[in-house]
Amino acid sequence: MKVIPGSQLKNTRAEARTFRLRAWTLFGIAVGISTILVGRLFQLQVLEYEFYETRSEHNRIEVQPVAAGRGLIFDRHGVLLAENRSVSSLEVVEERTSGVEETISAIRGLIEIKESEIEAFRRRLARKRRPYQSVPLKLKLREEEAAVIRVNGHLLPGVRVSSIAARYYPLGEVVSHAVGSVRRITVDDLNRLDRSQYAATRYVGRRGIEAFYEPVLHGDVGHRRVEVDVRGRVIRQLELSPPVKGGDLKLHLDSRLQILAYNALGDRRGAVVAIEPGSGGILAMVSRPSYNPNLFVSGMTVQEYRSLNNSRNLPLFNRAVQGQYAPGSTFKPIVGLAAVSKGVTSWDETIVDQGWFKLPGQQRIFRDWSWTPEDAGGQGIVDLRRAIYRSSNVYFYDLATRLKIDALSGFASQFGLGSDTALDVYEAVDGILPNREWKYGVRGEDWYTGDTVNMGIGQGYLLVTPLQLATVASVFATRGQWKHPRMLFSRDDPSLNSTQSPPPPISGPSQKDWELMIGAMEEVVHRGDRGIGGNGTAWSYIGRDIAYRMAGKSGTAQVVGINQDAQYDEAELDEYQRKHAWFIAFAPSDEPVIAIAVLVENGGGGSSVAAPIARKILDAYLLPKIASNR
Amino acid sequence: MKEYTRYLTNSLRSRREEPRSNNFHLDPMLLVPLLCIVGIGLAVLYSAVHQDLSILENQSVNLFLGFVAMTLAAWLHPRVYLRFAPVLYTIGLISLVAVFLFGTTVNGSQRWLDLPLLPRFQPSELMKVTVPLTVAWFLHDRALPPRTIEVGIALLVAVVPGILVILQPDLGTAILVVSSGSLVVLLSGVRWRLVLVGTLSVVPLIPAYWYFFMNEFQKKRVFTLFDPESDPLGAGWSIIQSTTALGSGGLLGKGLFEGTQSQLKFLPESHTDFIMAVIGEELGFMGVMTLIILYVLVLARGMYIAVQAGDTFGRLAAGGLTLTFFVHVVLNIAVVSGLLPVTGAPLPLVSFGGTSAIALLVGFGIVMSIHTHRGWR
Repeated sequence: MKVIPGSQLKNTRAEARTFRLRAWTLFGIAVGISTILVGRLFQLQVLEYEFYETRSEHNRIEVQPVAAGRGLIFDRHGVLLAENRSVSSLEVVEERTSGVEETISAIRGLIEIKESEIEAFRRRLARKRRPYQSVPLKLKLREEEAAVIRVNGHLLPGVRVSSIAARYYPLGEVVSHAVGSVRRITVDDLNRLDRSQYAATRYVGRRGIEAFYEPVLHGDVGHRRVEVDVRGRVIRQLELSPPVKGGDLKLHLDSRLQILAYNALGDRRGAVVAIEPGSGGILAMVSRPSYNPNLFVSGMTVQEYRSLNNSRNLPLFNRAVQGQYAPGSTFKPIVGLAAVSKGVTSWDETIVDQGWFKLPGQQRIFRDWSWTPEDAGGQGIVDLRRAIYRSSNVYFYDLATRLKIDALSGFASQFGLGSDTALDVYEAVDGILPNREWKYGVRGEDWYTGDTVNMGIGQGYLLVTPLQLATVASVFATRGQWKHPRMLFSRDDPSLNSTQSPPPPISGPSQKDWELMIGAMEEVVHRGDRGIGGNGTAWSYIGRDIAYRMAGKSGTAQVVGINQDAQYDEAELDEYQRKHAWFIAFAPSDEPVIAIAVLVENGGGGSSVAAPIARKILDAYLLPKIASNR
Repeated sequence: MKEYTRYLTNSLRSRREEPRSNNFHLDPMLLVPLLCIVGIGLAVLYSAVHQDLSILENQSVNLFLGFVAMTLAAWLHPRVYLRFAPVLYTIGLISLVAVFLFGTTVNGSQRWLDLPLLPRFQPSELMKVTVPLTVAWFLHDRALPPRTIEVGIALLVAVVPGILVILQPDLGTAILVVSSGSLVVLLSGVRWRLVLVGTLSVVPLIPAYWYFFMNEFQKKRVFTLFDPESDPLGAGWSIIQSTTALGSGGLLGKGLFEGTQSQLKFLPESHTDFIMAVIGEELGFMGVMTLIILYVLVLARGMYIAVQAGDTFGRLAAGGLTLTFFVHVVLNIAVVSGLLPVTGAPLPLVSFGGTSAIALLVGFGIVMSIHTHRGWR
């Protein structure tokens, strides 16, 4: 044994004893610590098992919403008006690329990417997003472009082509005001909608049928439970409760007639509404200028939207159901029927129309439409029938004054004026059917007899929409037995079809009154070759070579007040202050199958401008039917 | 009669203690639990790397080499270790300095050494074996319990490489290196009074370490230990995911290869530092208990060998190596179960890693050598 100088002697036996004690002490401490660890593991794995089990399930399982296919929209003959098309877009997952710049230049070597698209991409890339979330680089890939990207996929890590179902409107701007459009869901939309239903939905109906039948078209969201990894990638699908596809809609719309009406209006601002009198079904609804609804799906630039929204011609404004205009002389048949059924006048009674009318004790002169400073005009001796086909103002000034506002307004309301009678027309407005209470409430003034005089010829406070006037035409066509106007023909689920009862028939006029009034309206179109003062107002424009009987009434509505003695001179007036041209009609007059209202904003004369458009549309609808009947 | 009893006892003892295989010098009582641990470890590792065979092969080769090295180490006489302990220590220190100067950086720490003709290795892992041997060498011929100055020198032997390892930075291994030396000092019979004084003198060093050595992320790890939810996606992530993995395993586990936390990669470092969470998730509390019992068996056998050793060096070296191994285990499980801040200590013989497994197995080879060469002096 080595002995180190100055140190104690080594006591081997004592050392071994000390070591044994130390060794087993430390062993004991080690076992004690192990017991603590085991206790901790027991706590985690046995006592708190359920907490951590839930937590681990929460980690791995994600419930993802699955969007339902949007219902399709067809016209009455099964022509597609709105469908869903698969649209591919190019997306980039930055985290998987080998650098954004290289990726962009690699893609540009394969397909064309505009500078503006790259700028937009960089803006989106700079925004806050989840890791591994893809950022779109190019929307609306063409088929060949998508193929090129897919083929070269192995060279482009982090680049992918994704497809979504996007709404497509094959007829574009021709049906946009009737069918409406969808647009990308905004935050505001989400606050309004059921968030869980729309969790996977990208588009929501914004106008027209798309908006009105949104709940039907949308369908029910589905869900799938998936297992995801830490990067949120789906490993497998565990469970699927499939979405329920939105219901398909069939509309009364006749796309052939719709296209025709759209073309017949041409570049003029205006609207056409055609109704099938037997059902109330809307056969055509056109408002011009129009817009391409597909732009709302793909998205447009701020400038594009601004130019649409701020245009003086208001392409986004649906004149057919939201435009409110004075009906002008098209209102006269209602005044006439009201007076006859109230006994204020009879079909035989005549007055002398010298071209002007004055209320007793007042200075104001109400003129006939034929008045000029050189010639007082006037239609001579007129009965109700002549007052309709010659459109005598003086006759109706007098008649309305005798009828009084309460009776006139009450009678007119039966035709749906002043209210929205349509079952499913989105954002249709009520128009204004004035009466004493209305004027007092809105203007704070009493109703003057002069107001009634103006209303007798469809001017003054009275405002109607083209849809309302088409409804009026339809009510005349059915001799007062009428149906609510509606867009929907049927849904694929018949139990959902509306069973709303029709409104009560017009009360007052007898069958004979209806026939006589319709006869007078036929004269507007067909009475010809009798000299200037003897023809129907529209005859020279549309009545010469017509193959069927049409009942109609023209209207020319003043936009600005004309000074008492000043002449209305179209050439001198700003285009936007010229008169609106109206024509309402239905045909064939004994068994009508179509009723129509045509409005041309600032178009001038109803007979000369609006009537030929109506004739064109009615011809297109009726001539093939007549031909096939023979 | 008395003579006979002594003879009988001696012969019985010598027969019981005689190594079974004189050719291999392996200790079956130590070898069997080690093989069990390695077996479970390989199965779980295969699951943790998502059944990537190449990693499994790599680790199997390492473990095979480890067992070969263990057999060699057991075959060598303890005298060799006594003689070469300071040499090994010097080589270890030099290679740590070499790491500091031109080591290979992986994941932000400079731990590896790429030398020509040698596979890449971590000198710090070797120090876990070398340091207890060296401290045992230093104390073996001194009168025990050691005097204060000797304790100081012995601790310095451990602290110098410890500081080099901290600088890499690798706090987990540094703690193990320093504690391996300290454990030998404890085993040598140092007075408890001195232990208390020493411990108290270390306490003021902790704030110093906090302010001068720890970076923001390490500090955050300490805070998140107490409130992981304060930063669930950052510093708290690993602790939340590992306790979730353990807890969701329950009593019997989700089954091998079925752990969602590990298979779906929610658990970070699942094949290295956090492999215990994979075991807990897939094999449950029972699996974890089995492994802990195996580790305790290794500890018990190692301590028994140390107590049975006939000389001071053998006692101190065997005890120090065994206790270091167990501290290693405790440190890892405490981190994985959320009791200690994340320090980066692998689970011995289970986590993926070549140098660590080989070094630990060589350590047990030395323990076996101490045991099987007892009667041969």
